[in-house]
Amino acid sequence: MATHAVSGLRPEYERQLTDASDVGEVQRPLSMSERLWGSTPFRRFVMLIVLAVVWECYARFLSNPLLFPTFSETLATFWRDLVDGPLISRTFTSLQVLVLGYGAGLALAAVFTTLAVSSRIGTDLLSTLTAMFNPLPAIALLPLALIWFGLGIPSLVFVIIHSVLWAVSLNTHSGFRSVPETLRMSGRNYGLSGVRYVVLILIPAAFPAILAGLKIGWAFAWRTLIAAELVFGVSSRSGGLGWYIFEARAELLTAQVFAGLLTVILIGLFVESVIFRAIEARTVQRWGMQR
Amino acid sequence: MLMTEARTHRAEALGTVEATPLPVLLQVKGVTLQYKTPQHLVTATYRVDFDVHEADRFVILGPSGCGKSTLLKAVGGFMNPVEGSIRIRGREISAPGPNRMMVFQEFEQLMPWKTVLQNVLFPMKVSGRFKGADARERALSALAKVNLSKFADVYPHMLSGGMKMRVAIARAMAMEPDILLMDEPFAALDALTRRKMQEELLGLWDQLHFTVMFVTHSIEEAILVGSRILVLSPHPGRVRAELNSTGFGHGSVDHPDFGRLSKRIHDFLFEDELAVEARS
Repeated sequence: MATHAVSGLRPEYERQLTDASDVGEVQRPLSMSERLWGSTPFRRFVMLIVLAVVWECYARFLSNPLLFPTFSETLATFWRDLVDGPLISRTFTSLQVLVLGYGAGLALAAVFTTLAVSSRIGTDLLSTLTAMFNPLPAIALLPLALIWFGLGIPSLVFVIIHSVLWAVSLNTHSGFRSVPETLRMSGRNYGLSGVRYVVLILIPAAFPAILAGLKIGWAFAWRTLIAAELVFGVSSRSGGLGWYIFEARAELLTAQVFAGLLTVILIGLFVESVIFRAIEARTVQRWGMQR
Repeated sequence: MLMTEARTHRAEALGTVEATPLPVLLQVKGVTLQYKTPQHLVTATYRVDFDVHEADRFVILGPSGCGKSTLLKAVGGFMNPVEGSIRIRGREISAPGPNRMMVFQEFEQLMPWKTVLQNVLFPMKVSGRFKGADARERALSALAKVNLSKFADVYPHMLSGGMKMRVAIARAMAMEPDILLMDEPFAALDALTRRKMQEELLGLWDQLHFTVMFVTHSIEEAILVGSRILVLSPHPGRVRAELNSTGFGHGSVDHPDFGRLSKRIHDFLFEDELAVEARS
């Protein structure tokens, strides 16, 4: 048959399986140190400690508290202002405005996305508006907000809405669009339509994108808020964190400026790596929609 | 093997009463289906007629472009014919409904945010067909039928392709639909898993005698799975033949009858090319 073969057929053979018991345990549990180093929170914690040590050493070497206070001094100021200073009330004021703006932004994003999903004109409207306003820094709208709404919370809420709205609607809309056709057809197969179809099929199926939008929106909102407070927190009676930083700078309390920045970072970290991480672990990671 | 024999006997038994076949469940009359792409208006099928009787394993077979999937979607209610009518138990089909459960080729048909059990429960609950403890019991028994009881609380992303397909089948079966619509359900599986799934589907049919409409482009699969085969021609899909294929299982693949039927279908599908070859 195999006339092309030069050396003819090779012999066949069958074998007894070799004894594999020499390998020892096929599965060996990792040692304590291997497991510890494998854990991301632990590695990140070590990183933070290293950074703090570097900061402390450099500041001591510089020894100029007016320009660059030490880590320990910053911590002490932070603790002092936290326990019996204005830090808590300032943070609370900021968070209140943030929640207000974020909530309103999400509600508007829901309206825009609904319009975009239900009609082609709505899609065009959302695409155009997003293309126009997404690259526009929210802070650039602050002067306009001050003219329209004056000094105070409405102006802050306005710029936060602007920073949240476009990022969230854009992500949610693209999430809805990328829901697989098969899944849509399955949903309709069960007789789902209208709001039930959106709530039971589209939203969970698009959840990874929606969550990404929420995260981006949150980060934009937090940044915008602190920046906006820095600009006109001065004349506001109950200022937020931005004003706390601004005030400290005016009085050349550099350690207090650092404490304010630290608070901004800590809150950012908390929301990002505790709240959003918990939501992710319970939803998209558990569902295998994100690794 | 035993199942195959049982089926063969039943086929023979059915054969003796062929004068009075089971009642007609689905009637497709003169159905022309068209859909739009950005550039074209495509006629997928042209004046297609056929009847599906109860407990049929009705296979729609044809080359790509014969509109077989479009036809199945129309029976599912996802598109309306521009001409002709599709009736189930005498009622015109106009929208998707849970009395016609679809099983797709893609694994994405399972809801990734629900466990296997929740996936099976979902259509029962949202359609209100079964409720509470009854629904749960049915879901568990459906999962037991496809040997997935152990995986009831697992999320779909942890399952293999074959297991996902079993969940989809269990989910559809648990609804006890009038007809099960399967759109090339095993096409995305590897050859060994596909063979196993075909056997399992036949095993389930042996127990339950449900009606199933099955779309495929594989002649072998059509003969193995089907009890009745509708052969469509391409561009646009028109009925070429409707054949019986009862009594074939994996055990009879090398039987001469199997070969003859396969050859017959092959000639239907490729007669154009054969004609071209003969002319040249």
